[in-house]
Amino acid sequence: MTASRYWFDTVNLLKSYSKSGDIFVLAIAGLFTAALFFNAWLKPMGDAVIVRAHGVVKVRATLKRDGDYEVLGRLGFSRIEVRHGRARVASDPGPLQVCVKQGWVSHAGEAALCLANQVSLEIDGTTRPFDSITY
Amino acid sequence: MSEIRLAVTPEDRHIAGMAAVAIGLTLAEAAIPSPLPGVKPGLANIVILLVMMQNGFGAAAWVMLLRLLAGSLLLGTFLSPGFWLATAGALGSLCILSCSRFLPVRLFGAVSVSVLMAFAHIIGQLSLAKIWLFPEVDITLLMPVFALAALIFGTVNGLIVARLVAKDDVTGAQSANA
Repeated sequence: MTASRYWFDTVNLLKSYSKSGDIFVLAIAGLFTAALFFNAWLKPMGDAVIVRAHGVVKVRATLKRDGDYEVLGRLGFSRIEVRHGRARVASDPGPLQVCVKQGWVSHAGEAALCLANQVSLEIDGTTRPFDSITY
Repeated sequence: MSEIRLAVTPEDRHIAGMAAVAIGLTLAEAAIPSPLPGVKPGLANIVILLVMMQNGFGAAAWVMLLRLLAGSLLLGTFLSPGFWLATAGALGSLCILSCSRFLPVRLFGAVSVSVLMAFAHIIGQLSLAKIWLFPEVDITLLMPVFALAALIFGTVNGLIVARLVAKDDVTGAQSANA
């Protein structure tokens, strides 16, 4: 069992040559890596996009079909794109462009908020980490 | 005809020697096939960390920058996107190396610094890739792979440095006793 031998050797080396703070740093780094794995690969994918203007649902569409939607907010039209199971705000009249820069969202419960234009894009799924997101 | 002579201190020679070892490791590492470009053991960090622990931050920064420059010249990647990615990563780990001087030595050893350096390296690299090279590509899927590589290689490199330093202390003590 070469693999297990390497494992035991590594653990022995860690015991001999690391300090208590090192184990702490390793634990934090391990948790960080695990969180990245969970975030990227294990989060449930959404199946629909909900677009709201002033808190009112304007568009509810499946992510399974590509589409373009325009929603009128306080400042003007926000353009929403759905491509290959993901959605994004392609353009928005707001000054900061935070929701546009956020890019594609695809996991259940993820959202892009265009605060100035009062338009929000939210991904809906069978399981969601939050009940709702609101201003 | 006048001769220009540069005064070379023993420390200069030491830095040059260590940089040569780091460059050698960089070249050897470039020959190892990697599943993802950018996922590398970072063996040169062993030398840099060792220099840091034995000669201080200034010498380590010199070795790191010399390795970056000479390594890229030898590999033919100087000023290419790969060079800038390596530079961004090196600057990230240099920041950590600089901050590591303020960590209490009693609690944190080479493993901590090595792991933090590896993470700073990928953060620097991926940030530049996201901002400059592939702004439209979603790198969240790649991040865990890079993080896992940083965790594993950072730990192994740190253990190697800790072991080398411990060995050096033992032999140093023996020769002092003799």
